[in-house]
This record gives sequence, structure tokens and C-alpha cells, in this order.
Amino acid sequence: MARVILYYAHPGQKFSQVNAEMYAVSGLVEGLTRVDLYAEYPRFEVNPDREQKRLLEHDIIVFQYPLFWYSTPSLIKEWQDIVLEHGFAYGTGGTRLEGKRLMLAVTAAGPQEAFSPQGYQHHHLRTFLRPLQQMASLCGMRFLPPYVLYGALREARTGHAGAHVQGYRRLLEGLRDGRLGEAEAEEYEVLTAGAPGEEV
Amino acid sequence: MDFLTLAFIFLIAGVVAVPLASKLGLGSVLGYLIAGIVIGPVLVAFNVDVIALQHFAEFGVVMMLFLVGLELEPRMLWQMRGRLLGLGGLQVGGTALAVMGVAMALGQPWTVALAIGLVFALSSTAIVLQTLNEKGLMKSDGGQASFSVLLFQDIAVIPMLALIPLLAMPELMDMAPVDTHAVDSHTAAPAHHGGGHGEETGNETGDGAQDDGHGDTGPAWIETIPGWQRALITIAAIAGVVVGGSLLTRPVFRFIALARLREMFTATALMMVIGIALLMTLVGLSPALGTFLAGVVLANSEYRHELESDIDPFKGLLLGLFFMTVGAGIDFGLLLESIGSILGLTVGLIALKTLVLLVLAHVFGVNGSDRWLFALGLAQAGEFGFVLLGFTVANQVIPASVADQLLLVVALSMLLTPALFIAYERFIVPRLAAAPAEPDQIDDAAPVIIAGHGRWGGIVNRMLVGAGYRTVVLDHSSAQLEALRAFGIKVFFGDASRPDLLHAAGIEEAQMLVVAIDDKDQATEIVRHVAQTQPHLHIIARAVDRDHVYELYAAGCRDIIRETFDSGVRAGRSAFEALGRHPFEAERMARGFVEHDRYVLRELASLFRTDIPAHENEPYVARAREISEEMDAAMTGASNAYTNRIDRGWFPPGEGEVKGDEGA
Repeated sequence: MARVILYYAHPGQKFSQVNAEMYAVSGLVEGLTRVDLYAEYPRFEVNPDREQKRLLEHDIIVFQYPLFWYSTPSLIKEWQDIVLEHGFAYGTGGTRLEGKRLMLAVTAAGPQEAFSPQGYQHHHLRTFLRPLQQMASLCGMRFLPPYVLYGALREARTGHAGAHVQGYRRLLEGLRDGRLGEAEAEEYEVLTAGAPGEEV
Repeated sequence: MDFLTLAFIFLIAGVVAVPLASKLGLGSVLGYLIAGIVIGPVLVAFNVDVIALQHFAEFGVVMMLFLVGLELEPRMLWQMRGRLLGLGGLQVGGTALAVMGVAMALGQPWTVALAIGLVFALSSTAIVLQTLNEKGLMKSDGGQASFSVLLFQDIAVIPMLALIPLLAMPELMDMAPVDTHAVDSHTAAPAHHGGGHGEETGNETGDGAQDDGHGDTGPAWIETIPGWQRALITIAAIAGVVVGGSLLTRPVFRFIALARLREMFTATALMMVIGIALLMTLVGLSPALGTFLAGVVLANSEYRHELESDIDPFKGLLLGLFFMTVGAGIDFGLLLESIGSILGLTVGLIALKTLVLLVLAHVFGVNGSDRWLFALGLAQAGEFGFVLLGFTVANQVIPASVADQLLLVVALSMLLTPALFIAYERFIVPRLAAAPAEPDQIDDAAPVIIAGHGRWGGIVNRMLVGAGYRTVVLDHSSAQLEALRAFGIKVFFGDASRPDLLHAAGIEEAQMLVVAIDDKDQATEIVRHVAQTQPHLHIIARAVDRDHVYELYAAGCRDIIRETFDSGVRAGRSAFEALGRHPFEAERMARGFVEHDRYVLRELASLFRTDIPAHENEPYVARAREISEEMDAAMTGASNAYTNRIDRGWFPPGEGEVKGDEGA
């Protein structure tokens, strides 16, 4: 069994329509470590020692967040800056995270069509995740395809987000139990609920 | 003349002359000297015993050395030992020999010449230290070197008093008795160096200075016991001062603090200094040396600043009196009679002493303008010279006619010293200013003064000290002090609302003052005083409430922290969390509240008036109500102004607002 840690970052949880549900359902996954970053560090006082210890105690790291301005909520950036120290995560002697796996679970307001060269976002969603992918690479971690919900606001309004939420639970359990064919999954650009690769 | 009239004459002379002299850039010492010269004829007319007065005033020197000791930790004194013995010893020896050579060349017998050499080797502790302090040069290299030499001279007076009677010339004996009363007023002066030794050695030579009955006030009894016992008693006295100073001060002051009267501290401080001086005189040591030692022992004490500010005014007044008596004591009749030779001797003496000091400064690596400060500063003869001259006459070492002229030389050289300091400032400093400056010596003034080490100031202090800043903490609660000392926190006892104490704590050199005392009005007063006198100092003040914020602002503080505001906000935030709000949301709400509150504070600031209480200020009350209603409306959700500000940024786009999302 792989040890999985889920970092959840949403600054306005009162307004969250999908992420809050996803985080709630992750509570049903046994053996999963869950961290609500904005609850733990409401004043951005990220504790590097505590976080590094957490990372070392887990094999798979999942970040769950809504896509804000093609990036993460700001606390995740703070977390990266503080926790991923030189000599720990990268650089000379910075091999402590090698071999671990990093996965993102993101929701995007724009519809899937928008995230293409022809769409108004002009790029595929993966393009906007490059910084995190490269972060994993520099730290010697394997970057798994992200679990994505496009058009999240619309899906929530129309009551279609349920499949994504349930799929999220199965995904986390799959990661924990090694049932997710990771090598196979890496062939996909993104994973979505019910789509091939999400469930093995 | 009755006491009050006499006091009034001296006071008015000082009050008029010193500010004038300071304004003209001459320094207070010259002001006092001139005041003394002016009132001299008046004193003569009223038959005032100026010499007796001078000996009384010399106690100011004892107090000054006590204060100097307070500034000097034992560790620093130990670091000075090389200069103290080397520089001081060579200065006294070298100058004495040089002066002796000149005196012999002028036809004096070697015994007289040597005695003159010893007299002139000494410099004026009173003038030099007072001037160095006044000009803030005490911590400079030149100032420190000067102090080393002065301290050595102070110690050297004791063996000198033993040596001088051995130079007695039999042929002078016939001329005895000289005016024994005048002599005794020198030698038996209770207030200053070696008065007792005068008696002692005088008695040993057996002639001239007849015991006029003052012997029993001095340490005559100590001569009746064998030498080894005397040595033991002397050592015991010094040990008593050291041990008593370090062990007894704290309990004594704690006891005194029970009375809650400021004058009790002054009385205790005076009692300590006078007591130590008496003890030292009793065992035949220099009282100045004894109190200096006591000062060094207390340099680490938390009562240091309190003692300093208590003793300082007395020291200043006594020294002022001393300088005035020097001025008044100049015999202008005799001076005019032989003005050429006396002026020549004075200038020659200053030149010779300067030369010796310059050579020594070179050898001991005192460089640049410091070398000149050292050489010119110590070039005069000192107040010990008066004592020694009287003593030499009494012992038939120097003929009275010569001694009278020498007395004038001593007085004139002291009178010229402020002029030398002015020459140093005007001509030497500007010229050497371009020379590469040596690194500043680190002095003991801390950059941050914290007034009040209660629960609030204590936090500030812990943070600053933890980050490596040096602080001086003042607190007036003895119990609090005791507790803090136990934790190794450096706290000084004192009522921070006293400007003189802030002064003693080094407010002039500080970068910042944190006013953390409990009393609201006192805090405002401190801010007002410091903002006026030290306009460039950053002041952080603790405000008791909203009105106090305005008062502090009006007093000149621009960094005002409300003492309970932040903790109240944190409590509110905790309450939000406990009521189920997400911690980050609670944080945002707290921030929103703080922002709104500060807005209110600023809004009302322009309406606040210091002359009437807030509740009588109608526009203030009206606007406060208005804002309060806004706030209530915001909190109860009747208005969106408050919550919107908190929620902005996280509020998701509404239906149909996401492009490409339409029609879903």
C-alpha cells in the first residue's frame, strides 16, 4: 500500500462548489493523510520542518485546488517556496523526494474546448501546469497526469459534478492500493471522471 | 556672610555665567571660572574663606569618580590596566622629571625642583572629565587615554604625600611656622585626597605642621597600630566596599523602595557615596579612589542609572562651586605684580606637559585628533596641586614665596584649559578630520531604550534581545526587577518618567525609545518630552485606549500601538473559528475588522481635541455614532460593505459569466 498525502488548498471554501465536496469525500478514503492548507496556515506561516517530515512519510503527494489565474492559490506557492529547500528537495544533496510521485487534482472554470489552441485560453490545460511538472522533475519525482474537471462551475450548477467527486474517491483509493496503472496512465494528457485511464 | 546670601551669590553667578559661556561655545567650566573671578572681590570683601569652600566643593570630584566608575564595568577596567599603569606611570614620572629639570635650570635646589615636578605632574580631574563628558568625548580613544592617566594620578597622590616630607630642607625650618591654619585647611581637608596622609606624614617629620586638633577627625588612630594591621584594615575596607556594594545594594534599595518616595533614593545614594568616602579617609585611602571602586562594583547593578541620576546634580553643583572657587581664589594682586614671569611659567608648563603627553600618545598608539585631545586636555596642573603645594609648604619643602607663585600657575593653567579644548575643536579637529577615521569604539550605550518592563514592554524586550539588539530596560517596580534578574534579563531600576533618568540611560545615543509604562499620562509626558528634545529619535508608544492614541499623536509619537487591541482581535478570531468558520475565513474577517477599526480611528482623529474630554466633543461623538452604526449594519449583514471587503477575490463568477460556458 502506498502512503498518500492530500494537500487541499482553497482560500474561499464557503464558495466552493466542487472542491469542498471532493475534499469531503476524500475523508472516506482510509489511510489517506489530509491537509487543509488554508486551515493549517491561515496566516501563511508554513512550517518547513513539519512539511518536510510529512513529505518523507509519504510516497504519493496530491495537490487539490481550483485553477486560479493559470496557477495555484497563493498558499501553495508559499508552501513550495518554504518547504522545497535547496539541499532537501533539489540541488546538492537534495535527493530526499526522489522516486516519489506527484499528482494534481484541479478544477477549471473554463470548458474543455477553451483549453486548446483554437479556444480562448489558447493552450491545453497541461501547458498551464508546466511549472509544477518541472518542479516534480527537478525534485526527481514522477509527475502523474492531473485529474481535471473542466467547466467546474457549470457542472456544479447543473448537478453533473457528482461523477467527478465519486471518481476522485476511486482515484485516491486506486493510488493508495496501487490499482492505478501509472505507467499506462502517463500516456494520457489528463484524467477525467469516467474517461479511460481514470479507472483501471 | 550668612549661608543663604553666600549660596545666592554663587548660584546667581553660575546661572548667569554658564549659559552665556555655553552659548559662546566656551563650555561650562570656563563659565564657572569666569563667574568665580567676577565674584572674587565680593567674597574677599565679605571675608569668605574661599579655600575652605574649595575643599568642601572638591567632594564633587569624589562624586564624579563614583559616576565614572558606574560607567565602567570591571571587565573594562581590567582591559585598561596597560594604559593605566604604563601611560599613567610614564606621564607622572616623565612630567615630574622634565619639570624638575627646568626648575633646576631656573636655579631651584633639586629637592624643591622635584617637589614642583610632582605638583605639576598632576592634571585636573575635575576640569578634564567634566569637559570630556560635556563634549561627549569620554568614550573616544583620547578620552579613554586621558581617563587612564587621571586615574593613575589619583592613585599616585598617595605615595607623593609620603615622599614629599622626605624632601624637607632644614634651612626652611627656620621660616616655620607658616600659616598653619591655612596649611591645615589644605592637608586636613576631609573631602579630598590624602588629607589624612597629610597629617600622618606631617606628624612623622615632627615639625611645622602642628596638629591643630583636627587630627582625631582624620585617620590619626590608624597610625597608632602596627603596619601589618594597617594593611589588613585597608584591605578589609576595600573588600568591604566591593562585597558590600555587590551584595547590599539590592536589598537596601528594595527596602527603600517600600517608602515609595523619590527623595529616599537620593538620600540613600548620597549616604552611600559619603559613607564610602568617610571609610576610605578613615583607613587613609583616597576617597575618590574608594568611591570609584564602589562605582565599578555597581556598574553591573540594575540600580546604576538610578544612582547616576541621583548623584549627578550634586556632582554638577559641587564641581561648579569648585570651579568658581578656583576663579575666585586667583590673587590678582600678586599676579599683576609679576605677570610676566607667571604667564611665562604657565605657558611653559602647558607646553612642556603637552610635549610629554604627545610623545607618550605616540608610543601608546593614540592617533589622529585623539592624540591632541589627550595632550592638550591634560596639559594643565590640577586641583591636587593646591593640596600638594599647601602640603609642601607645611613640610618646609618649598618656600612659601615660591609656592604662592606656583599656586597662581596652577590656577592660571586650569583657567586656560577650556581655551585649549576650544583650540582643539576649532583648529585640530577640522584639520585631522580628513585623516582616515579609525573604527568607532563600541561603547555601552544601547540603541534601544525600553521604558517599562511589564508584560508588554517585556515582550518587546525579549523580541529585540532575541534578535541580537542591545537594549536598556528601565522599570520602577522592585519586585518585578527581582524576578527579571533571576532570568538573567538586564533591567535597570528607575522611574522612566524622569527625564534625567532617560538621559542617564543614554537617550542621546539611542536610536529608539519604546514607551511601555502603565501610567497613561506619564507615557504621554515622556513622549512629549523626548519628541521635543530628541526630534530624530523613533518613539514607539503603548496606548491604553483610543483617546490615548490621539493624545500620543498630539505629543509627537507616530508609531502608536494599542496595548489590548491586537490580543482582542485575536480573541475575536478564535471565537470565529470556534463558531465553525474556516480558519482562513476567520483570519480574513479579523483583518477586515482591523482595517475598518483603523479607518474609524483615522476618521475621528481630525475631530479629536486634547483640550476637552472626548464625551464633551460634540462633532467627535456624532461621527463616532455614525460610524458605529455603519459598523453594526455591516456586521448584521444589513450592508454588504464589510463582508464584501472580506470576501472579495474568492467570490466565484456567477451564471453565464464564464466564457464558453453560456447556454449550459
